[in-house]
Amino acid sequence: MTPFPFSAIVGQDEMKTAMILTAIDPRIGGVLVFGDRGTGKSTAVRALAALLPPIDMVAGCPCNSATLADCPDWAGITQAVVVTRPTPVVDMPLGVSEDRVTGALDIERALTRGEKAFQAGLLARANRGYLYIDEVNLLEDHIVDLLLDVAQSGENVVEREGLSIRHPARFVLVGSGNPEEGELRPQLLDRFGLSVEVSSPREIETRIEVMRRRDAYENDHAAFMAHWQAEDADLRAQILAARAALAGVQVSNVALHDCASVCLALGSDGLRGELTLLAAARAMAAFAGADAITREHIRAAAPMALRHRLRRDPLDEAGTGARVARQLAEVLP
Amino acid sequence: MEDPWARVTVALTLLAVDPAGLRGLWLRARAGPVRARVQDALVAFAPRKLHPSISDDALFGGLDLAATLGTGTMHHHAGLLGEGGILVLTMAERCPPALAVRLAQALDAQTDLGLIALDETAQDGEGLAPALCERLGLFLDLDALAWADTGPFALPMDQITQARARLSQVRITHDARTQVTGVAAALGIDSMRAPLLTLAAARAHAAWRGATELDAQDLALAVALVLAHRATAVPDAPPDDTPPPPPPQPSDDAAQTPPDTDGAQDIPDDMLIDAARAALPAGVLAKLQAGRVARAVQGQSSSGAVRKSKRRGRPLPSRAGALDSAGRVDVVATLRQAAPWQKLRRQSRPDARAGQVLLMPSDIRVRHFRAQTDRVLIFVVDASGSSALARLAEAKGAIELMLADAYATRDHVALVSFRGRNADLSLAPTRSLVQAKRQLAGLPGGGGTPLAGGLQVALETALHARGHGMAPTLALLTDGRGNIALDGSADRAAAGTDAVQLAQLIARQGIPALVIDTGLRPNPHLASLSAHMGATQIALPRADARALSATLSAAFGD
Repeated sequence: MTPFPFSAIVGQDEMKTAMILTAIDPRIGGVLVFGDRGTGKSTAVRALAALLPPIDMVAGCPCNSATLADCPDWAGITQAVVVTRPTPVVDMPLGVSEDRVTGALDIERALTRGEKAFQAGLLARANRGYLYIDEVNLLEDHIVDLLLDVAQSGENVVEREGLSIRHPARFVLVGSGNPEEGELRPQLLDRFGLSVEVSSPREIETRIEVMRRRDAYENDHAAFMAHWQAEDADLRAQILAARAALAGVQVSNVALHDCASVCLALGSDGLRGELTLLAAARAMAAFAGADAITREHIRAAAPMALRHRLRRDPLDEAGTGARVARQLAEVLP
Repeated sequence: MEDPWARVTVALTLLAVDPAGLRGLWLRARAGPVRARVQDALVAFAPRKLHPSISDDALFGGLDLAATLGTGTMHHHAGLLGEGGILVLTMAERCPPALAVRLAQALDAQTDLGLIALDETAQDGEGLAPALCERLGLFLDLDALAWADTGPFALPMDQITQARARLSQVRITHDARTQVTGVAAALGIDSMRAPLLTLAAARAHAAWRGATELDAQDLALAVALVLAHRATAVPDAPPDDTPPPPPPQPSDDAAQTPPDTDGAQDIPDDMLIDAARAALPAGVLAKLQAGRVARAVQGQSSSGAVRKSKRRGRPLPSRAGALDSAGRVDVVATLRQAAPWQKLRRQSRPDARAGQVLLMPSDIRVRHFRAQTDRVLIFVVDASGSSALARLAEAKGAIELMLADAYATRDHVALVSFRGRNADLSLAPTRSLVQAKRQLAGLPGGGGTPLAGGLQVALETALHARGHGMAPTLALLTDGRGNIALDGSADRAAAGTDAVQLAQLIARQGIPALVIDTGLRPNPHLASLSAHMGATQIALPRADARALSATLSAAFGD
């Protein structure tokens, strides 16, 4: 069945905004969605795939290269037939083996034809797209380590079984999880550009609307999809327009100063917070059709960009989201 | 529904009618004749089983090595999931999180798939993974059922087929939707999956009755089967002067029930909440909640052998080894090693059978892992009256701080507290700050000092953790003035002897310990106790949580 349309997701505005921002500017980094079960986390990620604008790639290239020159040698591609494909959104299941993540010797070809060939893994398939990890906080440590290395360098290097392979692996990480089942390692937390906290809608009317749309999706599929796919198409056009406008968004000294002072006041580690905040605010401005970043954009982007970068203080009952809000009110009145 | 066996039979019938809508059944029961009866009924439509240690290959399909090697051409086999239908997951409480999440994802993605999880949870800390509890529509607890309450039962497949055909004609009104949403909210259920599954159950029951509209009994039954066990709060019963309407009595042979003329819009919410309440005999909700917390606290741990051998073990590349070595042969790595040489070897062995893989002893690859155990720091905190309450607050603060640090180093933290006559495991080993804070917030103080009891629970917790592949360390915070013996009597002398005995047991088990004297003056009894425990003793000056945390970190050599 076609995935549930992104625009038909009721509420959860912060989550949707965060995903839209990374679609406008993938350099913002990924999105971490943490929260209760049954709040539409996975639905949103799967819907995102259908929403993203398609990309051009060389047919048959295992890592979705844009041009023949970008195709890795080992793929043995000689003709560049460029095709348009949906932006890849690759699922990384828990308990996945290292071989499947990085790629490994193609055992089938080795066994049947005696050839030493490389079989690309999930990292190759996610290149230029999204890598989705459900329950990211339960991911095995050795896979996290692999991921951190690749996310850092944008390149996957495989040295095993006599193979020496490298290929580009630039992707946007999207992770979801439930904080009651364990924390995320800070190193990995840091890899996510934005983080959002989702919870079940509190208003009964909103909940009923969720039920109504789900029911229509399942039992009146054609009409439901016709309506919401049109909405999705509008949103996609808006994302594409924002992408085009991104470079033209003015960043004033005041905006830079605002970003720096928020990060300073919150004591967020390193410069990554500031850079992400700026990038997110820029994408926010582009999405809103503004030609310059305003304080409003920074204020809207700050919780998503900074929440997960603060040092955890367990004695602070309010949690990091509230701390960001408090500082924002003080620093950027 | 009052007759629990009737409830069981209706649940199974509904699952058979609409597996796609209900997604499955969480069946909590120890193995035994009652469960066997249920399983016998299930065989008709869910014959295939999977077990928690099933390989990815078997589940998702993959290369058929035997056939590929035998014929020299590629053969694949389909996995269990690829075939769809309803699968039975045995020993579901041992299902590792990775498998649970993948099954959950498969349930989300494939509408032709259903799952029956046989959960044999026996002790605290076990339980079905939350990702599955959340998605499986129905819940049954058979443990309360006696053999005499049950009867022979077979699913009437003909009638079920007819009901299936009627399923799409059942109309779900806006009122029914509103009402189920409202009841779910009133029961404190956050997830939006729950009301959807409830409506699916109500619809299946209506189709089974042969109706095209939902009525009160469909909804009440659905609430009892789907919502009740998810409740986190049950609203108080209405006052006595307005007795609630008697719960509806859905018949287990509903095909004969005349269509009910009640419109769904007439059902008071109270009635549905009563249905939920009736489905939850006293204590069951508390038990489910405890399980929920325990599961969450356990986090990514799973039960049993996997955790022991390679829980956080980093699989290292398989290395050359001999067939007779103790390690497990890594067949795939071995074949990988051999594969590139096949052409060459074949030239030197023209007598080899076509398609035969030519292996050399040097091809053999053996698996190995780098064992790496998780540490768990067990705080044993004196919450008695003699130990100032302020100290308890400090201990709580220190635990939270340690935990905040621990999550970076992936350590676990647990808390045993003792006061009055008892000692409790207040916080099972966890890495979750959220859970820990919740548990710590409600921890009371005051009363006698059952020091020996505290040590006993600490020892049990440590051994349990060790059994699950973790390395326990104890941190005992007390003033050492134990006055309650193990049997609960207020006998200072016996209390002292018991404490010393337990300290010796702890030392004998080789569990590293640290004793922090929280008393205002040094206590010689405590010094001797730590000597028996083989523990380092630190006298704690009046300090705040941060200082305590720093002291602990230094003592444990972080």
